[in-house]
Formats: sequence, C-alpha cells, structure tokens
Amino acid sequence: MDAKLKETILNPIFKGNPITVLVLGICSSLAVTVTLKGALVMALSVIVVCGISSLILSLLRKTIPGRVRIIVQLVVVAMMVILVDQILKSFEATYAIDKQLSVYIGLIITNCIVMGRIEAFALGNKPWPSFLDGVANGAGYGLILLIVAFFRELLGSGTLFGIDILNRFGYVPNNLVILPPFALILLGCIVWVQRSVQKDLQEK
Amino acid sequence: MEYLSLFVKSIFVDNMIFAYFLGMCSFLAVSKNVKTAAGLGVAVIFVLLVTLPVNYLLNTYVLAPDALVEGVDLSFLSFIVFIAVIAAIVQIVEMVVEKFSPELYSSLGIFLPLIAVNCAILGGSLFMQQKDFLNIGEATVYSLGSGLGWFLAIVSLAAIREKMSYSNVPDALKGLGITFITVGLMGIAFMTFMGIAL
Repeated sequence: MDAKLKETILNPIFKGNPITVLVLGICSSLAVTVTLKGALVMALSVIVVCGISSLILSLLRKTIPGRVRIIVQLVVVAMMVILVDQILKSFEATYAIDKQLSVYIGLIITNCIVMGRIEAFALGNKPWPSFLDGVANGAGYGLILLIVAFFRELLGSGTLFGIDILNRFGYVPNNLVILPPFALILLGCIVWVQRSVQKDLQEK
Repeated sequence: MEYLSLFVKSIFVDNMIFAYFLGMCSFLAVSKNVKTAAGLGVAVIFVLLVTLPVNYLLNTYVLAPDALVEGVDLSFLSFIVFIAVIAAIVQIVEMVVEKFSPELYSSLGIFLPLIAVNCAILGGSLFMQQKDFLNIGEATVYSLGSGLGWFLAIVSLAAIREKMSYSNVPDALKGLGITFITVGLMGIAFMTFMGIAL
C-alpha cells in the first residue's frame, strides 16, 4: 500500500480525529454512549453509512451538477441510513437493541462527519480512496464513542457489554456517569489528553 | 394548561442541547460571542416552528400506517421525507427573507442555509414521531418550546465563553476542551428541572 493511502486511513483515527479535532458529529453521538453495546452499534452504522455513501458519491462526482449537489448528497445518505435502520429493526428482537437508538440512527443523515467527508474528500477523489476515507473517519468517530462508552458503562453500571465487572467487588454504581452531561465532561478530558500529547493542536 | 406544561417541559426538561445533545456542531462553533449566537438561535426557532408542524401533518396523513391507502405502511420513508421537507423549507425561507427583509437576511448570513443540516431540526421531527402528539397544536407548541430552549442554551454558553476569555485556562484545555466541560456543567445545572413533574 502506498504512503498516501496509508495516510488517508491513519490520519482520521488519531491526528485528524473527526470528533476531537474537527469537532464534527457530536450531535448524534453522546446519547448512545451509556452502554458499550449501543456505542458499538452506532459506530458500525456510521462506518457503513460513511464508507458506502462516500463510494457512491465519488462514483457520481463527475455527473452531479454543482448547484444541486447538497440535495443529491442528502438523498444518497438518507437512503443508506434507511437501509441501516431497516436492517437494525430486523435484529431488534433478536439482539434487544434499544428502541431509542432509532432516533439517533436517523440523525446520522445530518451527522456532519458524513456530509463533511463527502464535501471535502469524496467529491474530489477516486472511488477507492474515498471509500477508505469514509470508513476511516467512521472508525475515528467510533473509537471516541467506544472510549466514552467504556468509562460510562464501567463507572455508571459497573458492567461491560452487560457483563458484571465491578459490582461483585461491592462497587456502588455512580448515577452521575449515566447522565448525559458526564459524556461531555469525559469528552473534554479526552481532548485535554490528546492536546497535551499533540501540542500543535492547542488553541491560542 | 396542557399546552403550558408541554411548552415548559420542552424548554427546560427536554432541552434539545442539555438533555439530548442535538445541534451540537453549530452550538459549539457559533457560540464565541452573544450577538451571532442570538442570530443563529432566532433562525433555529423560526425554522423549527415552520418545519415541525409540516412534518407532523405529513407523518399523520401520509406516512403513518393505513393513512394514505388502506394497508400500506410508508413509515420507512420518514427520514427521507423529513429531510427533504426541511431542506426545501430552509430554501424557501431563505428566499422569502432575502426578498422581504434584506436586513435580517444579511444579519443571519450563512447560518440560514446551514440550518438544513442542524441535527436539532431533524431531531425535533424524529422526536415528534416518537411522542405521538394528539393534534397539530401540540406539535406547534412543542416546536416553539424546543426552539426557545435551544436559543436559551446557545446564548448562555456564548455569554460564559465571552467571560471565559479573561480566565487562565491550561493550554491543552483552551478552546474546545474547556467548552465541552462547561457545557457538561451547564447540563448538570439543567438536570434540576428533570425532577419537576408536569
């Protein structure tokens, strides 16, 4: 694999992470991080939607007139999201996926990561790199989601993926961690850690 | 009385920002000073107030099971219909405002088109679908309340950020980091409303 492709894949995961560096896609992400399972489902959905819609729009990039591109993007992304939502609905009973998640799956349409990557990358690049870029950005987003969900589920319920970890040692679950605001505080701390390591990201 | 409780509930208890994190991207990006924040807030109230009742009507009379044709369930189309309605209405609102009030248009500027992809707008419609409102009045009151709640949130964060520029924040936490933590703390303050039964 040549260096440029490698850069395309690795950059969004840490150095140019969509959440902590570009500040995209926070809207739909934080409410699903109460449990690791919810975060995992959300992360996979975003990876799929982001990758495939980047691929489709990159294939179409020469035929879409510039004026109507936003609406074409919205339609392609909405179509992918509907597919993902329908697939999840069919698994709802089997895997007991939270119903509330459906609203947030719908909100992937307006997730700025998907639109942002299509606008910034897919419309100017060949299909294969665009697909990788979409998947990598989805993965960078998923990584942050999983980190936040790990701490929230471990400290908030004492479990991981629903399996008891801390409660058997007499841990009393901390309800504050389950409440939405803690996700933001945790995210602030992740940004803090990342910017202490990468000093060039610090704001003046 | 029911309308009043729904109104208060949608502003404070179900606050778009602090309870659901909707519209976070523009909330963080445009909250550097109070004036622009208020401009965006007004635009959000306006667009929510127009799109949510329209989507309510579409949801009830077209998309719901058995609504249009007996035995046909179109609810799987709701995402695409909602986002199309929002994009179209934002476009129309933009043209109308430009024609009749160039002053307001120039002060709202880039925010108006950007609202089409603001999660708070689509989120409002999706929550409306979940909440099963009885009539269009309830949907309208809910949309006005959520818009006002969003306005309140962005203006107060902008005011805090203006004051914060005088304080000594650790280098790595400056800007984004401290804003996240501030929003978190504001969210905890808003949690107090959750205990109110309406």
